[in-house]
Amino acid sequence: MAKDEHALTRRHFLRDSVWGTCLAGLGALTGVLIGKFRRTDTVWQIDPYTCVACGNCATYCVLEESAVKCVHASAICGYCRICFGFFGPEPVDINEGAENQLCPTGAIKRKFVEDPYYEYTIDESLCIGCGKCVKGCNTFGNGSLFLQVRHDRCLNCNECSIAAACPSGAFKRVPADQPYLLKRVDHA
Amino acid sequence: MARSWYITTGVALLLGLSCAASAVERFPPPEFETGYELPSPTTPAPPHDAYEYVDAAVLLAALGVSSYLVLKMRSRRAIFALTVFSLLYFGFWRKGCVCPIGAIQNVVLSISDPSYAVPVVVALFFLLPLIFTLFFGRVFCAGVCPLGAIQDLVLLRPVSVPNWLENALRLLAYVYLGGAILFAATGSAFIICQYDPFVAFFRLSGNLNILVLGSSLLLISVFIGRPYCRFLCPYGVILRQLSRLSKWKVTITPDECVHCRLCEDSCPFGAIREPTADWSLRDYVIGKKRLAFLMVLLPVLILAGGWAGSKMKNVTARMHRTVRLAERVYLEDAGQAEGTTDASSAFRATGKPTEELYAEASDIRARLERGGWLFGGFVGLVIGLQLIGLSVRRQRTDYEADRASCLACGRCFEYCPKEHARRKNSRKMV
Repeated sequence: MAKDEHALTRRHFLRDSVWGTCLAGLGALTGVLIGKFRRTDTVWQIDPYTCVACGNCATYCVLEESAVKCVHASAICGYCRICFGFFGPEPVDINEGAENQLCPTGAIKRKFVEDPYYEYTIDESLCIGCGKCVKGCNTFGNGSLFLQVRHDRCLNCNECSIAAACPSGAFKRVPADQPYLLKRVDHA
Repeated sequence: MARSWYITTGVALLLGLSCAASAVERFPPPEFETGYELPSPTTPAPPHDAYEYVDAAVLLAALGVSSYLVLKMRSRRAIFALTVFSLLYFGFWRKGCVCPIGAIQNVVLSISDPSYAVPVVVALFFLLPLIFTLFFGRVFCAGVCPLGAIQDLVLLRPVSVPNWLENALRLLAYVYLGGAILFAATGSAFIICQYDPFVAFFRLSGNLNILVLGSSLLLISVFIGRPYCRFLCPYGVILRQLSRLSKWKVTITPDECVHCRLCEDSCPFGAIREPTADWSLRDYVIGKKRLAFLMVLLPVLILAGGWAGSKMKNVTARMHRTVRLAERVYLEDAGQAEGTTDASSAFRATGKPTEELYAEASDIRARLERGGWLFGGFVGLVIGLQLIGLSVRRQRTDYEADRASCLACGRCFEYCPKEHARRKNSRKMV
């Protein structure tokens, strides 16, 4: 009987020491993580200078209507009469008719400013983030249209589904207090 | 009109091809005379960090409440209510992200990649349930995990799974854990998040594959209790091991067990073990020999697993985008592949030398080969330990909840006649 009791305590001792080791291990892990502590969280964003406007943003987002939308940096825009982000490759006419537009949802609004300049703005409620206009503007224009993750929509998934499908590696984690990578005039 | 258009297009095409995809000022921004003001892009801010800290606080509170309900109050109804709350809050309200299961990958990546820091809230989500499990058992699984909750709610016609099948299927979870760590550590992919079966329900949107996977798991959950938790969950296998050591544990009966077997019938997860019969001397000798054999087999299994794991590098390396890209570029350069992909043309546009890409890819391959050794060794170790665990005889005089498998759902409490007697007594006392 006495022997049994002894065996029991030995077992308990072993168990307690393994338990203690686990707790210490968790403590050590906490220490390691605290050592790498960074104050601000990160969010996903597209580097517009790496983006190739492949169209994956429109289809790979976990949201039915992608969190990625087109953004227009007017400061870079040439205000062209014939905008290659707005018009399809062979427009019937140079006006706002739906048959002339490149955008599949008609999300780009074209407005006359003064001769010969036209202003282009994005209606975000219509934009699906397909990047067709971005491709057009990058190829023939100044590249003032580009894609950005809109943080009023983005769920900030642990691993962004679009990032996993991005062919050019344009998606990156950026600090949450500077959540946009906008194109600038002074970019080299 | 049409002719001038073609000329413009042609000129623009030539211009465009000469400097594709780079932002250049082909058309200088105009200087307006009418006082037109340039609109600037809006930048809606991401949701405030504070919400995440609220999540961590709710997690802490839910874990505390769950521990109290499981160990002190012993009420299935209350645990069920907490389950519903967790499903609504962590599941449908917070859309199932951050979750401790996926947080494994962030923690692993932050250890293997010096440039990646795990966000504080994600670290808390990973650590808090582990600490609670060390003290109170799997109370996280019981009433806090939204993935467990959604399966528990649809469990209507529980069917018991034979022991051998349960033990075999459980190995899947270890393989899943090993794979998740391997791919997270090499920066290849977060497979736990990619194949999270229920997150599509929480978001109320998702692609077809995930919806099919999630719906079939839910359909299975109607008959087989919480299949994801028992056979797939990579966080669950960590909790299993910690739960073996927990300071407090689920006790089915508050009093002496009367061996009525009602609790055994009530458990849909096959977590209740029956009392053991005495071993005959012959069985004892056979068992001892078998155990000795398995002990010798263990290192063999580890080595064999490691070797097989390292051989998988060609398959596993494909998970990494750099390796995929390098393979594609190589095939194109060798003339074995026609055309280009988005990825390969994007790479060529950067002007980076292909040698650099190949070097990066072979570095990742080498890391995946080393990781493959560890992964295979881990799987071998798990198989070996599982076999040893099955051949070790434990002494039990009563019906007991298996500390590792018990999800602390509290169903058995409701079935125990002694528990009913206790409740009647405590009501009288009041």
